[in-house]
Amino acid sequence: MKLLQLPPGELRRQLAGSCIWLRTGPFSLRVQSRLETVVEGLADLYGQFEVRNPRETFADFHVAVDPHISLRRWLRPMVNFSFDGIEPFSPLPLDQAYPMLEWGLNWCVSSHAHQYLMVHAAVVEKNGRAAILAAPSGSGKSTLVAGLALSGWRLLSDELTLIDRKTGWIHALPRPISLKNESISLIRAFSPDAFLNRASRDTAKGTVAYLRPPKESVRRQHEPAQPGWIIFPRWVADGKSELLPRSKQQTFQSLTQHAFNYTQLGAEAFRVCSSLIRQADCYDFQYSRLDEAVAVFDRLAASAVAGGAGN
Amino acid sequence: MRAPAELVSLVFRNPDAIRRFSLGDWDRLVRQARQADLLARLHILLLQEGLDGEIPAVARWHFEVATALAECQSTEIQRELRQLRTMLERLGLPLVVLKGAAYVAAGLIAARGRHIDEIDLLVPREHLDEVESVLKLADWHTVELPEYDQRYFQRWRNDAPSQQNLRCATVINVHHTILPDTARFRPDAAKLHRRATEVPGFPSIFVLTTEDRILHAVTLLFHDDGLPHGLRDLSDLDLLLRQAATEEDFWPRLLARAEEFELIRPLFYALRYVRYFFDTPVPVEVHVRLENTAPSKASLKLMDGIYKRMLAPNHLSCNDAFTSLARHATYLRTHWLRRPPRLLVPHLFHKAFISPLLENRPPKVA
Repeated sequence: MKLLQLPPGELRRQLAGSCIWLRTGPFSLRVQSRLETVVEGLADLYGQFEVRNPRETFADFHVAVDPHISLRRWLRPMVNFSFDGIEPFSPLPLDQAYPMLEWGLNWCVSSHAHQYLMVHAAVVEKNGRAAILAAPSGSGKSTLVAGLALSGWRLLSDELTLIDRKTGWIHALPRPISLKNESISLIRAFSPDAFLNRASRDTAKGTVAYLRPPKESVRRQHEPAQPGWIIFPRWVADGKSELLPRSKQQTFQSLTQHAFNYTQLGAEAFRVCSSLIRQADCYDFQYSRLDEAVAVFDRLAASAVAGGAGN
Repeated sequence: MRAPAELVSLVFRNPDAIRRFSLGDWDRLVRQARQADLLARLHILLLQEGLDGEIPAVARWHFEVATALAECQSTEIQRELRQLRTMLERLGLPLVVLKGAAYVAAGLIAARGRHIDEIDLLVPREHLDEVESVLKLADWHTVELPEYDQRYFQRWRNDAPSQQNLRCATVINVHHTILPDTARFRPDAAKLHRRATEVPGFPSIFVLTTEDRILHAVTLLFHDDGLPHGLRDLSDLDLLLRQAATEEDFWPRLLARAEEFELIRPLFYALRYVRYFFDTPVPVEVHVRLENTAPSKASLKLMDGIYKRMLAPNHLSCNDAFTSLARHATYLRTHWLRRPPRLLVPHLFHKAFISPLLENRPPKVA
C-alpha cells in the first residue's frame, strides 16, 4: 500500500502511536513522531512510497523526531532526532523538525550502509546511464539535480550515491530533494507545477524546503543503474554552460574525498572506486542557467545512446 | 530474573533458537546486537553453526556489513602494529599490546568479529614522553580534550590522552599501567610487563600471558566508565576463557595470579556474570574456591540486580523499571573503584555541573 492511500488521520495516528513502517529505496524505516510538521512533511512528500502494518516486520532504521524535554522548551521549543534511542545530534528549533528527520535519515544510511561505497553526491539517470554529480554544498548541485529530475531524468538520490560493491551499479534512494535559499524560488520559477513543502527558516544551511520526488522515480526505485558519468557541477553568475573533460586521476582523488566510507572499506573501496572511474566519463561542468544546463545533459545522454554506450 | 526480552545472549547460549524467530524477533535481535557491538560476532557464530541460511534476507546486510568492517579493521590494526613496532624499536622498547589489538596480534578467537578501532599499548611510565613524541612525529596527534580533562589525565590517569592519526581511523592509547593510579585494585604493571610474551609469527610484538590478559579483561569489566559495551566485553571474556581452558593448568595459574594481584573478588563476579550470560564452562573446583570468598547474600543480590541489567545491551527493548537506576549505580561504582573520595567528589561535581556548561557541542548535520 502507498502512503497516500492511508485513510485520513491514520498517518497521524500511526506516527504518534507505535510508528509508521516505510520503504525508501533499499531501506525500510520505522518513523515515530508526535509533531504536526513531521506528519505534514511525510504526507506531502512520501505519498508514493510503500507503507506496511508495522507489527511483526523488520526495519533497518528505527527513528523518531520528538520534542526535546528541557527547561528551555518554555522559551524556545526544541526537537530531537533519535536513532534507536541514540541522539546523534544536538536538538534543533521546532521549525526544523522536518529537515531534521531528513538529515537524520541521511546520517542513518551514511553511517551504516557499508554494503555500498557511499559517495556524498547526487545521482540521476537517463537511457540506462547514471550521472553522478559530486560537488561541495553551495555549488548548485541540488538545483541542478532538481532541474534534471523535473525534466525527465530519473532521480536516484540528491545526497547519497550508493554504489553496489559487487556489481558497481548504483542503487536508487529517491527521497525528497533538499533545496536551499535562492534555489527554492529558482525551482518554483523553472517548474510552476513542482511541489515543494513548507520551508524551514534559519537552519544551519539557511532556508530549506523539499521537492517531492517524481512519481516515476519512486515507482522505479528498485532498479539500479549503470554508472555513465562523473560530473563536478559549479554554478557561476554569468557564463555559458560547458562541460570540460576532467582527468581520471583527479576525479579519483575527489571521489575518495566525497566518499563517506572510503577509509572503513580499506582496499575494497579502492577497487570499487577504480572500476567506477574506468567505466565513467569524467567532466567539470559550469552553468548559470538551469534550462541550458538541462539541455547540455540531454545532449550528453543522447550522444551516449547514439554512440552505443547505453548498452 | 533473566529478561526474556534480551535476545543476544540467548542466541549465544542457544543458536538454534533463531529457527523459531519471527521477523519481529530479528528486528529486536539486530538492534540489540548493534547496540552491544556484537553483530559481527553473532554472524560468525551463525556461520560456524551452519545457521546463516536462517537469517531473513531483509536482515542479512546488517550482519554482513558488521563482519566485513571487522575484517577490514583487523587488517588495518595489523598494518599499524607493524608500523608502531618499527617506531618503538628505534627507542629500544618492546611493543606490548593490550586488549582488542592484542587479540588480533595473537590471533585469538576473541579477535573474530570484534570491532577494534583502538590500539592500546603498555609502556613503562618513564618512557611515556618518548613514546608520545615518537607518535607525534608519525602524525599521531593528541585528541583535543577540554582543559579540565587534560589536567585530570596528566595528574591521575593510567594512560596518556588518546592519540589519533589524521590519516587513519585508529586511535592509540598509551598506558603505563592497566588501571588508574587512583584505583583500589592496582596490579603492578612491571610484573605484567616482565611476563609479556612475544607473539609467534609476529616478531617483536608482545602480549600479556593468558592469565594476565584474562585478569585485565576482568578488571576492565568493572572499571570502565558506564560499560558502553558491557555484553561485548563479557563476550570477549567468554571467548578468552574458552580458548585458555584448553591450555594445561590454566585455571590454577589464573587463581594464583588473581590472588597475587588481589583480584579474587572481581574474578568471582566476572565468572558469575559470564556464566549467566554465556554459559561459559568453569570447573567445579574453581567455583568452590571462589564461592569461599563470595560476598554476603545481601550484597550479592544487590550486585546481581545491578550487573545483570548493566551488562545486557543498552537498548530500550532490554530495559525494565530499574535499568536506569542500575546504570547510575554502576557509574558511581566504577568511579568509586577508580578514585578515593577526596578525588571522587570534586570530579563528579565537575562532570555534572561544570563540563556541560563548557561543552559546546555544535549541531552536526549531514
